Amino acid sequence: MAKKFNIEINEKWCKGCGLCIAICPKKVLELNEQVKCIAARPDDCIGCRQCDNICPDMAISVKERD
Amino acid sequence: MPRDDVKNLLRSNFMPHIWCPGCGHGIIMHSILRALADLQIPKEKICISSGIGCSSRMPGYIDACTLHTAHGRSLAFATGVKMANPDLTIVNVMGDGDGTAIGGNHFIHACRRNIGITAVVMNNNIYGMTGGQASPTTPEGAFAATAPYGAIDPTFDVCKLAIGAGATYVARATVANPALCEQILKKAIEHQKHGFALVELVSYCHTQFGRKNKRSRPMDNINFLKERTVMKAQADNMTEEELQGKIVVGEFLNIENAREYTERYDEVIKRAKAKA
Repeated sequence: MAKKFNIEINEKWCKGCGLCIAICPKKVLELNEQVKCIAARPDDCIGCRQCDNICPDMAISVKERD
Repeated sequence: MPRDDVKNLLRSNFMPHIWCPGCGHGIIMHSILRALADLQIPKEKICISSGIGCSSRMPGYIDACTLHTAHGRSLAFATGVKMANPDLTIVNVMGDGDGTAIGGNHFIHACRRNIGITAVVMNNNIYGMTGGQASPTTPEGAFAATAPYGAIDPTFDVCKLAIGAGATYVARATVANPALCEQILKKAIEHQKHGFALVELVSYCHTQFGRKNKRSRPMDNINFLKERTVMKAQADNMTEEELQGKIVVGEFLNIENAREYTERYDEVIKRAKAKA
């Protein structure tokens, strides 16, 4: 059973630059109408944390599901 | 929200920060915080100092002892802090203009003294905050507010400059690889007990530099850096021509048996007291 991850995004801090969306190897993230990042397909996340590391606004956290 | 130990080092009430959406400086701040959190240094023992510029807004967001000083003089202030309190872990953050132009003299003399400070030069090739003037690291041929027909000045290689001036740890990474930034920063912060550590982190300014040089989106810059990055081990087997326009990343110098300045200064004090 592959591990599953929860992606939490702090909308107040996100500026919608799109770096996380471009860097994600599984295309998990998307921008919503307010130009904020959302986790559109969290089940596809493999937990590489590249989005977390590259986010200049420190708005993303990736946590393993219990 | 980042990891709890990283969040603990952040002044959350001042967030979100003032940098443009997608700015490379944010990636660097995140790397510095992760490095400090991993090394488990208590925040009372960390001092972050900076000069003036976009990059130098960073200490405002970090919950440790912080110091925001005059333009280019951050290393001079940091030297004072280190001399007064050698136990502190000092991370001195500065931009390319702050470090190599306005504070060029402080920079080379801090290297020469080999004082235990970790200096981080965030190189974004331009004076971003003041309107995009050409800096000493603007590449030849690049456009800037003060170089509308392309810059003609040869650029500074910050790492070579630091090696020449006598720093004992010199490394470079790009923001396109935040994991490498973190790894190098950790080593550079640990190197403080042996002397001066310089880390050049190649960042970007899509607002001022990018829009004049066809790299106006953050991701264009990340891709640009990724394409041009060459690891040091690989670069050793490449010719000068092949390395033209490439960014060599990795550790260039690591002298661990060097003697740190405050240690040597303490010896002077002991000698002077013995004579009196």
